[in-house]
Amino acid sequence: MKIKHLVSGIALTMGASVLSISAMAADTIKVGVLHSLSGTMAISETTLKDTVLMMVEEQNKKGGLLGKQLEAVVVDPASNWPLFAEKTRELLTKDQVDVIFGCWTSVSRKSALPVLEELNGLMFYPVQYEGEESSKNVFYTGAAPNQQAIPAVDYLMNDLGVKRWVLAGTDYVYPRTTNKILEAYLKAKGVAAEDIMINYTPFGHSDWQSIVSDIKSFGAEGKKTAVVSTINGDANIPFYKELGNQGISAEDIPVVAFSVGEEELSGLDTKPLVGHLAAWNYFQSVESDANTAFISKWKAFTGNPDRVTNDPMEATYIGFKMWTQAVEKAGTTDVNAVEQAMIGQETENLTGGMAYMNKNHHLSKPVLIGEIQDDGQLEVVWETEGLVAGDAWSDFLPGSKDLISDWTAPISCGNYNTVTKTCSGQNY
Amino acid sequence: MSSFLTNFMSFSRINGESKVAPFVVLLLAVTALASASNLLMPQDSVFYVSTYTITLLGKYLCYAMLALAVDVIWGYCGILSLGHGAFFALGGYAMGMYLMRQIGDRGVYGNPELPDFMVFLNWSELPWFWQGMDQFWVAMLMVLLVPGILAYVFGWLAFRSRVTGVYLSIMTQALTYALLLSFFRNEMGFGGNNGLTDFKDIIGFDLQSDNTRVSLFIITALLLCGLLVLSKKIMQTRFGKVIVAIRDGESRARFIGYRTENYKVWLFVYSAMIAGIAGALYVPQVGIINPGEFSPINSIEIVIWVAVGGRGTLIGAIIGAILVNYAKTKFTAIMPDGWLFALGAMFVLVTLYLPKGLMGLVAQLKDQQLQSKQRSANNSSNEKAEEGHA
Amino acid sequence: MRYLNAICACLLGLLISTSVLAETPSEAQKPLLLELTEVKLSKALPVLQQLEASEGADMMALFKTMLNGDLYYEKETKRLIAALKEQSVTRYSDLFTGAALNELSSNQVKKIKVNNTLRGYLGEAIARMQLNHPDSAVRTDAVRSLFSDLGPNTIELIRTARLNEQSRSVQEVMDVALALYRAAHSDDATERLQAVKDLEGSLEPEVRNQLTKLAENDPSRSVRKAAQIGLDKIDQQAEMYGFINQLFFGLSLGSVLLLAAIGLAITFGVMGVINMAHGEMIMLGAYTTYVVQLMLPNMIEYSLWIAVPLAFMVSGLAGILIERLVIRHLHGRPLETLLATFGISLILQQLVRTVFSPLNRQVATPEWMSGSIEINPLLSLTLNRLYIVAFALLVFMILLIVLKKTSLGLNVRAVSQNRDMAKAMGIRTDRVDAMTFGLGSGIAGIAGVALSQLTNVGPNLGQAYIIDSFMVVVFGGVGNLWGTLVAAFTLGVANKFIEPVTGAVLASILVLVFIILFIQKRPKGLFPQKGRAAE
Repeated sequence: MKIKHLVSGIALTMGASVLSISAMAADTIKVGVLHSLSGTMAISETTLKDTVLMMVEEQNKKGGLLGKQLEAVVVDPASNWPLFAEKTRELLTKDQVDVIFGCWTSVSRKSALPVLEELNGLMFYPVQYEGEESSKNVFYTGAAPNQQAIPAVDYLMNDLGVKRWVLAGTDYVYPRTTNKILEAYLKAKGVAAEDIMINYTPFGHSDWQSIVSDIKSFGAEGKKTAVVSTINGDANIPFYKELGNQGISAEDIPVVAFSVGEEELSGLDTKPLVGHLAAWNYFQSVESDANTAFISKWKAFTGNPDRVTNDPMEATYIGFKMWTQAVEKAGTTDVNAVEQAMIGQETENLTGGMAYMNKNHHLSKPVLIGEIQDDGQLEVVWETEGLVAGDAWSDFLPGSKDLISDWTAPISCGNYNTVTKTCSGQNY
Repeated sequence: MSSFLTNFMSFSRINGESKVAPFVVLLLAVTALASASNLLMPQDSVFYVSTYTITLLGKYLCYAMLALAVDVIWGYCGILSLGHGAFFALGGYAMGMYLMRQIGDRGVYGNPELPDFMVFLNWSELPWFWQGMDQFWVAMLMVLLVPGILAYVFGWLAFRSRVTGVYLSIMTQALTYALLLSFFRNEMGFGGNNGLTDFKDIIGFDLQSDNTRVSLFIITALLLCGLLVLSKKIMQTRFGKVIVAIRDGESRARFIGYRTENYKVWLFVYSAMIAGIAGALYVPQVGIINPGEFSPINSIEIVIWVAVGGRGTLIGAIIGAILVNYAKTKFTAIMPDGWLFALGAMFVLVTLYLPKGLMGLVAQLKDQQLQSKQRSANNSSNEKAEEGHA
Repeated sequence: MRYLNAICACLLGLLISTSVLAETPSEAQKPLLLELTEVKLSKALPVLQQLEASEGADMMALFKTMLNGDLYYEKETKRLIAALKEQSVTRYSDLFTGAALNELSSNQVKKIKVNNTLRGYLGEAIARMQLNHPDSAVRTDAVRSLFSDLGPNTIELIRTARLNEQSRSVQEVMDVALALYRAAHSDDATERLQAVKDLEGSLEPEVRNQLTKLAENDPSRSVRKAAQIGLDKIDQQAEMYGFINQLFFGLSLGSVLLLAAIGLAITFGVMGVINMAHGEMIMLGAYTTYVVQLMLPNMIEYSLWIAVPLAFMVSGLAGILIERLVIRHLHGRPLETLLATFGISLILQQLVRTVFSPLNRQVATPEWMSGSIEINPLLSLTLNRLYIVAFALLVFMILLIVLKKTSLGLNVRAVSQNRDMAKAMGIRTDRVDAMTFGLGSGIAGIAGVALSQLTNVGPNLGQAYIIDSFMVVVFGGVGNLWGTLVAAFTLGVANKFIEPVTGAVLASILVLVFIILFIQKRPKGLFPQKGRAAE
C-alpha cells in the first residue's frame, strides 16, 4: 500500500517537473553554454562563459528576442573531452536549448560534433583553430589559419624581410596543421627547405634551453630569422623567459604567436616579451567606440576594473550578435531556419568595420598584428587592407585543396570536392 | 598466531561472505527495465528513460568493469596498479581504430583507406598497425591481446625481479605516463591529442540509433555480470587461493614452493584484459577516445572507486565506481569548484576511517547486529542457567 | 621603505637628467622632431635617420627613451616628453630640459609608438654614438652590436674611433669589424686574404657567416682555401663548445630534478612515506615567493632571499600538519598513505585555485638573475640556471650536514634504520616522524622558490614535477641521498643529450622507459640500501 503511494507520488512530482520544464520552454529561449569551468581549460573558458552571460543579460534588458526572454543554461564539461559529448547531449535533449555557445580546444569540438549533427543542434565556436572542418551545425567565429597564420607570415616576410623560419609548436592538431599549411605556403613563396626549422614540444614544456639555443644558432647564419609560434598556453612564459636570458631580443629574432593574447599576458611579467608579436582579429588596445563600450561593459559586468578583453571574446560577441539577428530574420529559433538566415549576416566588429558570415560558416574579418607592450597590451603594428574571408579548407594542403564548403543550395555541403563534384562524408 | 588468524579470517571471508547472485540479478533487472523504458515507452511518458541517461548508465558500467579489473589484482593480490587506465585506453584505442576504419569513404576527405586525421597530415598510406583493423574479429582480438601482452611483458619483468609494493605502483604510473606522452605524439599515428572520433557505425549498426545504444548498454551489463561471476569463481579455485596467499605473505607462499611470480603475472594479464574490454565498450558509447585516458590521475581515481566500495569484494568495486561517478556527475553540475575538494576529502576520509570501504561498513554493521544478538542470546541463556541454579 | 622608494626615484631622476644635457634642439632638428609626433609608424625610420645625422642637440636621450618605449608627446604643444613609470605612477619630464612636468595627466599625452624595425635601428644608432663612451665594456658591446650591419658610414666611425682607442680588448673587436668589412667589400684578393687571416681566432657568428660566403663564392682560390681553413677551425671549436653547452643544459635540468626530488628522498626514502602531495609542497613554496613579492614590491632584488626561509617554514608547517593529521594514522600502510596524500594534493590544488585564482601568477626575476654570462660568442651560460645549479648543490650539502652532524639527523637515521630499537633507546619516534616530514616538505618549499624562476607559478606546478621526482628517487635508490644526486644529474644530462636527436617528447619517453627497465633489473635502484634496514 505504502509503496503504491510512493510510486504515484514520484510519478506526480516527475510529471509536474516535466510539465514545468515544458512550460518554461515555451516562455524563454534557451542559450546553452558549454565551457569548462574546472580543470585545465577553466582559465580560458570561464571568461567566455561570462561573456555569453553578459550578452544574454544585455539582450534581455533590450527586451529579449522574439518577445521572449533569453535564459542561459550553463554546464561544466570540466576540461574532460568525452564529457563535452555527454554535456552536449544533455543540453540538447534534457534542457532542449535552442543554441549552444561553447568549446575551446579542437578536441572538445570534435567530441561534441557528432552529437550536434545527430540531434541537429546549433553551436557557435569562438576560438581560432586549424580549419579543415565545416559542419552544418557549427558556426566558426574564430580565425581559420588563413586569417591568422598566413597574414602574419606575409607581414614578417614583406615588412621585416624575414628569410629563415622557425615553426615551433606544441604537439597537437592545431600547430601540426598550421605548420603544415605554413610550410607549404613558404615553399610556394620560394623559401628553401633548409631555411625552415620545425619543432614540436609536449604540453606544458618548461625546459627550453636546448630548443632556444638551437633557434639561436639557426638564426645566427646571417639571414633574418623569425619564430612562428603555435606554442600553447603554459609553455609560453618559460619559452619567452629563456629567449630573454639567452640574449635573444625581439629585434634579433621576433616571435609571432597565435595563442598569446591579453588574457594570457595579464598579470605576467611581460618584460621578456616586449616587442614580440601576436596575430589576432582583435586587440583590446584598438580604439573604436564599440570597443570602448564593450570594455567598460565587461569591466562593470565582472566588477573588476583590471579585467582584460581578448579575441575569443570578440568572436563570442560577434557570434551572439549574429545569432540574435538571424533569429529575428527567421522569426523562429528552429535550427534549420536560423542556419540559413545566418549566412550573409553582418555585424559590427569591435575594431571597426563589419564582420560578414560566409556560406562556409566562417567569418570575414580583418587581421591585425600587434607588438606586446610592457603593460601586457598589444599595439597594432600592421593590419590587412580589407576583410579576409575565413577558409574552411586550406588551399595549401594536398588533401583539402580541392574541397570547398558552401551551405547554400544547390551545393549545401561542408566538404564539396570541386574536381569530382561530389559531397563526401555527409550522412545527414 | 594473531596474524595467522587474521589471514584465515580474510581468506574465509572471500569464500563465505558477499554473495554475487542477488547483486547480479539486481543489476540485470535494472538494465532490462531501463532498456525497455527507453525503447518501448513514448518520449513524453513519465517512465521514459532518455537516451542521455542510457549512455550515462553505459559509461558507469564501463567504469565499474574497470574497477572490477583493479579490484581483482589489488583486493586479492595486493598489487596496487596506478596504471590500469593504460590498459583501458589501449582496449579503447583498438575499438576506436576499428570504428575509424568502418567510416570508410564517409570521412570528410572521402578517402576510403585513410582516416581523416591522416589525410590532412599528408600521410600517404595506412601504417602497418592499422592493417586488418577493419575486421571486427581482428579488432576484438586486439582489445584482448594488446593490453594482455603489455601486461604480460611488464608483469613478467617486474614480478620476476620482485619489484613489489610501492615500487611497482610507481612503475605502473611511469608506464601509463610514458604511454600518455607517446599517444600525444602525432607521429604515432593515433590522432594525437584529438584521438579518434566521429564514429559512424559498428558491425553495420548505426551508432546513433537508440537500438544500437541500448544494445551496447545491455552487452556491457551482461559482460560485467559475466566477468564478475567469472572472477568470483577464479578466486574460489586453487589458483585464487594461491593468489590470496601471495597477498598475505608472498615469501611464505614462495617457501612452500609456489612460483608466485607466475601466478601474479597471469592474474595481472587477466585484469588487464578486463580493463581492455571495458575500454572497448566505453568508446562506442562515449564516442571518442583520446590520450587523456592515459593520464596518471585517471588511474589513481580508479583506485579510489575501489577503495570507496571496499577492496577485495568485487561487488564493492562495482558499487564504488557507480557511486563515485554518479556523485561526480551531480557535484560538477551543482558546484564545479567544490568537486575537487569533495574528491580529495573522500580519498583522505575513506583511507583513514573506512579502510574496507562501504562493503566493509556493511559487514561491520552486520557483525555488530549479529554480536549484539548473540550477546543478548548469551545473556538470556546465562540468565536461564542462573535461574536453573537458583 | 618609503625612503628607499624616494631615494630610488631621485636617483633615477638624476640619471635621466644627467644623460640629458640641457641642450635645446637646433633649428634643423625642430621640424624633424615635430614630424616624429605625426608620422606613421612605417614612415618613422627616415625621420630618425635624419635626426641621427643632424647637427645640434645630442639625440642619445631621445633614442634611449624611445627604445625603452617611454617617449611621449604632449598633444597640445607637440613637445616631447619622457615618461618614468614606477609601479602605478607615471611621471613625465621634458625630454630635453629634464624639467619635471607634474601637472600633466595621462590623457594629455600620447605615446610615440615603436616597432621592431625602429628598435633595431635605435639600438644600432645608440651603439654608433657609444663608440667613444668612457667605459671600455660599453665600447666593446657597441662595436659587437654593429657587426650585423656594417655599412660604409659605420665603418668610417669605427675607423676613426680605432685611431684613438687605447684599450687592447676594444682594439681587437674593432679590428675584427674592419677585417669583416674588408673581407666582404674589398676588390683586391690579397687584401681579402689578409682580412681572412685577421679574422682568425674570432668566434663571432658574423665572422663565420662571412667565411662561409667567401669559401663558397670567392673568385680567388687562395681566399676560398683560407676561408675554408678558418671555417674548419671555428667549426671544431663550435663542436667542443656545443658539447659543453649541452652538458650545462643537462646539469641545469639535473639540478631542477634534484631540487624537486630531494625533499621526496627524505619523506619517501628515509621515512618510507609515499607523499603524493610532495608536488604541492613545491607549489606552496613558489606561491610563497609570489606573496613575498606582492607584499614587498620594492624589494624584488632581495625577494628570493626572504622567500627561501619563509617557503621552508610554510611548506614545513604544512608537512607537519599533514603528518600529524593523516599520515601518523596510516603508519606501516604505504599504499594507503599514497591514496590519502593524493587526496590532500587535490585539496591543496583546489585551495590555491580558490585563494589565488586558477591563473598563473607573476613572479618577477631579480635583475641579478636575468641574462647570461658570455664566455665567448659560442658559449654563454644563463645566469638563472647557473644560480640554480649552485643553489641545488648548496641545499644538498646543507641537508647532508643536517642528517650527518645534528642530533635531529641522528634521530632520523636511527628511526629509519630500526624504529622499535630507537624507541627503546628513548627516542620519541612520533616527534621525529613529524620533524622528518616537516624537513622534507620544507626542502620541497625551497625548491618551489627556485622553480618559480624557471616555470609558471600556477595550481598545476606540483603535478608537473611529481612523477619526475619519484623517478629520480627510485632510480637513485631509496634512502640514499647521494643516489638521488647522481640519479638527478644522470637523468638530466641523458635527457639533454637525447633531445637533439629525437626531440623533446621522445626524449622524455625514452628516459621513462629506460627507468622502468632499469628498475626491473635492479629493483632497489642505483645505490641500494644494504643490511637489515633494507628489508
